[in-house]
Amino acid sequence: MSTSPNTGSVAFDLAKIRADFPILGREVHKKPLIYFDNAATTQKPKVVIDALVDYYSNLNSNVHRGVHYLSQEATRAFEEVRKQISVFLNARYCHEIIYTRGCTESINLVAFSWGRASLNPGDEVLISALEHHSNIVPWQMICAEKGAVLRVCPILEDGALDMNAFVSMLGPKTRLTAITHISNTLGTINPVKEITRLAHQNGTLVLIDGAQALSHLKVDVQEIGCDFYTFSAHKVYGPMGIGGLYGREEILNAMPPWQGGGEMIKSVTFEKTTYNELPFKFEAGTPNVGDVLGFGAALKYISQLGMDEIAAREHELLNYATHRMQADADIKIIGNAPEKASLISFMIGNIHPYDAGTIFDQLGIAVRTGTHCTQPLMDYYGIPGTIRASFAFYNTREEIDQLMDAIAKVKQLFL
Amino acid sequence: MKIEETTSAIVDEFGNFDDWMDKYNYLIELGKSLPLIDDKYKIESNLIQGCQSRVWLHAEFDGNLVHFTADSDAVITKGIANLLIRAFSGHTPQEILDSSTEFLGEIGLTQHLSPTRSNGMLSMIKQIKMYALAYKTKQALGS
Ligand SMILES: Cc1ncc(COP(=O)(O)O)c(C=O)c1O
Repeated sequence: MSTSPNTGSVAFDLAKIRADFPILGREVHKKPLIYFDNAATTQKPKVVIDALVDYYSNLNSNVHRGVHYLSQEATRAFEEVRKQISVFLNARYCHEIIYTRGCTESINLVAFSWGRASLNPGDEVLISALEHHSNIVPWQMICAEKGAVLRVCPILEDGALDMNAFVSMLGPKTRLTAITHISNTLGTINPVKEITRLAHQNGTLVLIDGAQALSHLKVDVQEIGCDFYTFSAHKVYGPMGIGGLYGREEILNAMPPWQGGGEMIKSVTFEKTTYNELPFKFEAGTPNVGDVLGFGAALKYISQLGMDEIAAREHELLNYATHRMQADADIKIIGNAPEKASLISFMIGNIHPYDAGTIFDQLGIAVRTGTHCTQPLMDYYGIPGTIRASFAFYNTREEIDQLMDAIAKVKQLFL
Repeated sequence: MKIEETTSAIVDEFGNFDDWMDKYNYLIELGKSLPLIDDKYKIESNLIQGCQSRVWLHAEFDGNLVHFTADSDAVITKGIANLLIRAFSGHTPQEILDSSTEFLGEIGLTQHLSPTRSNGMLSMIKQIKMYALAYKTKQALGS
């Protein structure tokens, strides 16, 4: 992500791209919507919406079960998306991709399947101060259950992970480290490849929380080398309620199932059940077929735009917004790590983020205010929360200009 | 003044603004002019849960009337607290329990009434009514 501000592509037909997203045409409080809450969830292009409508209009049936035409057709489409995801992430095998409800469920799956089977009293799980609650709480729960210890790697003042501390915290008892690829609050891009190398040297497994990463940069799980990688479709222009877990085959095979039910079994008698193989072992019950197909449409859409193009454009937006905000002495940007994704957390003087967010909302600007599900991180900075503007490729410089005008209004009202 | 009289006066005041900016400006003024709460009441047990901004609500009962003071670290929330105190403070528990909060919708603050986690207005109203109920019970028990 270290492209210079001038290399942003102009081949990107922004008007055409914006027209792909129906919601971007709506108004809020009688003003055109400016959507800067992309880190919470991204908007959906028409192709994704169409995929959902098409599934329920033409294909709806249960997968893996019927010999009838519809079921076979739906199963084929459902499994094709698994293949598509494995290619998108460069996994070795399709069956290394497990469908889940999203990042949160993926992390819970690992915590409760791997953790319950493998953690012993005194073992350690290492997370970081940057983590989202969903990469904290499941570990707290399983550590409490197994008598293991949760340790937290600190960050540096600029919001980068303290890598020296990370190395020193990897000890003989560190069984797994769970670290976010990109911080949803500060935008920090963590050196996940280096983290994985260091952890593996220590015999520690690695889970990377990719919730924020898939939409911004090319993710290659083999290059990273991690053991687990988690993601949510709704943060990559896909539907809500679907996502996945990538896990290395050997490790997934060694893990016990987590939830029991139909689909995940090979044979069931009341005496003994034998479990199905990967990936079905971890997919109990009827899956969310429609949203899987929507996810497939989303990945196809962004692949056609090109991840490099997207990264370059978002980088340009980030640089522009950063420069404009740095020019205002009242604005304090929280998180200035050298490697950042396209989001900015900031404070305006000592104005409460809720006050600022309320005025932005009246102006049709959607930002997130508060602690962003990273309360420990806010405590680290000693602030009640931040205002977070997170940009996607469909955002424009003009929208950032309007955000700056809105900031001026907020200052006029509250300072 | 009866609660209904105060709330209709508030509705009238807000009726003067056509522009949302003027409305918020007024709310901000109200926030800034909210009498300061005694610091000793800004304690955990007076903190209203479930708000993005921190809101403290303190109630005192003189045996007949309930008196409220409040504070928040967000100015707009303080403005809303000011309105609620103006309407409900200094009334009997029964009057508070019988009163309607529809005026908040009428002045166009319904967005703050939505049951999202981010705002404190709904929780403040709930808490005010809870205090009234508690004091009413206390009154009935004659203690
Ligand atoms: C870094 C990070 N991890 C995990 C999550 C949880 O994702 P989901 O709620 O889609 O399961 C989020 C979403 O906000 C996130 O930003």
